[in-house]
Amino acid sequence: MHTGLTRRENLTGWAFTAPALVLLGLFMIYPILWSLYMSFMTGKGMNFKFGGFANIYRLTQDPIFLHALGNTLTFLAIQVPIMIILALVFAVALNNPRLRGRAVLRTAIFLPCVTSLVVYSVLFKSMFADDGVVNDALLFLHIISEPIPWMNDPFWAKVLIILAITWRWTGYNMVFYLAALQNIDPSIYEQARIDGVPARARFFKITIPMLRHVILFTTVLSTIGTLQLFDEVNTITASQGQGGRPADATLTLSLYIYNLTFRFMPSFGYAATISWVIVILVGLLSWAQFRLAREK
Amino acid sequence: MNRLISLLAQAGLWLAAFISVFPFLWMITGATNTANDITGGRFLPGTNLLPNIAKFFELVDAGQVFFNSFFVAITGTALTLIVSSLAGYGFEIFASKTRDRVFAGLLLLLSVPFAAMMIPLFVMFSSAGLINSYIAMIAPGIASIFMIFYFRQNTKSFPHELRDAAKLDGLKEWQIFWFIYIPVMRSTYAAAMIILFMTNWNAYLWPLIVLQTNDMKTITLTVASLATAYTPDYGLIMIANVLATLPTILVFFLLQRRFVEGMLGGVK
Repeated sequence: MHTGLTRRENLTGWAFTAPALVLLGLFMIYPILWSLYMSFMTGKGMNFKFGGFANIYRLTQDPIFLHALGNTLTFLAIQVPIMIILALVFAVALNNPRLRGRAVLRTAIFLPCVTSLVVYSVLFKSMFADDGVVNDALLFLHIISEPIPWMNDPFWAKVLIILAITWRWTGYNMVFYLAALQNIDPSIYEQARIDGVPARARFFKITIPMLRHVILFTTVLSTIGTLQLFDEVNTITASQGQGGRPADATLTLSLYIYNLTFRFMPSFGYAATISWVIVILVGLLSWAQFRLAREK
Repeated sequence: MNRLISLLAQAGLWLAAFISVFPFLWMITGATNTANDITGGRFLPGTNLLPNIAKFFELVDAGQVFFNSFFVAITGTALTLIVSSLAGYGFEIFASKTRDRVFAGLLLLLSVPFAAMMIPLFVMFSSAGLINSYIAMIAPGIASIFMIFYFRQNTKSFPHELRDAAKLDGLKEWQIFWFIYIPVMRSTYAAAMIILFMTNWNAYLWPLIVLQTNDMKTITLTVASLATAYTPDYGLIMIANVLATLPTILVFFLLQRRFVEGMLGGVK
């Protein structure tokens, strides 16, 4: 099909793609190249001067950056696996045709996806207040003996952010798995059952390998999303207009970039360097996940 | 043993469903309670609904804010649909070696996070004097790589015979696209429209950067600024939450099947 185009058709092809390509060049490729260039510049505001690797050196000496990096990776390492496993379990359970109330359950678990990140963050902030409804419920059920300081303790603040993201995105991932499960031929399971393969083995030997590509896709998407975590930590754990509290325990890389650019005296070059840390992390982790999925 | 596991699984699912829905119920009962009751954990309908509503409309120029939200979401969605479907159609129907390479390059760009473009974009728009404008809000999102990919994938199912027949009838290329492709692909457009509308409606970081005055803010940004005030009043914030969620929840329940299709669209 590559050779079947007339000269005229080839030009038409460019005409159809031109608006998108021009806009992408202007609002994506040009900014990306510019931020790469910026990351070698130092100075405040618009007074740039060439700094070579000064920004990269500054990264290694900046405790706030290292803290934000650590927080972001902690969220990633704990939240993404929990959510992917939960979503898989829900999807497999909901895929059982004999389950009663499937449609209701599926809709309910998917419902969090319709909320904006800001709205759900505000709801979580109010539910997890010190004497809020969540602490009340946990006290009532005797799970805890005194209220958990969700937003004032560095450890619990991290837990809260992880709970919140898991609430918002588990149903989203589940829908991908449900769609993939429906594409698996049921006779495979039937045969396995006849051959006496136990349920657990069916899950690990049939379901997981069959869903490998979707699991990879959702893991990469979640990794990219979590590395850019911003809305939640700028709302749930924000007070007096400053996010990432308490004591920067929930400060993420994106929030730090935002602070460096729009809250403090702008340090564009350094902020751009940190944004490239995210780019490199996304690249490395996606590559690692692809490798892992291929080997299995 | 198997029965027990199945019972446990069912209980787990209903618990998960309850946890998923609870914040919505919390939002609705919260709208009827006072700020103190809300942070005090009261989960019963109260009597403060009208004062909350009154306070919300007193503090927020609701007409302006909703106009901003709808204007930005609808214009942004329409432009993205046109530009991205044109490109997806062009890449698929007029596939050539060069254009396939360009397309592969675009897919690589898909993994570059917004953070890497945010600062230059802000500097670009502020030096063009376009900060705090609808253009700054909408323009960067119009060409969406994800949507181009989605439309190219779906164009594979567009019957070639239709195009051939139209050409025999003497239709020009743009006429084929406009009068044949778009009507035939309407369910593809519908699914994309839902996703784009929600994304635009819920956008936060970029609007937060480029919008600076209250009269330009969307409802999503208004919720955020009410919630990060020095002394947030949760009663009126819950009203704002309900109003901010209503359009997306309506879209979801009216078009649930299409919505899920749109979400899965790119990975088919």
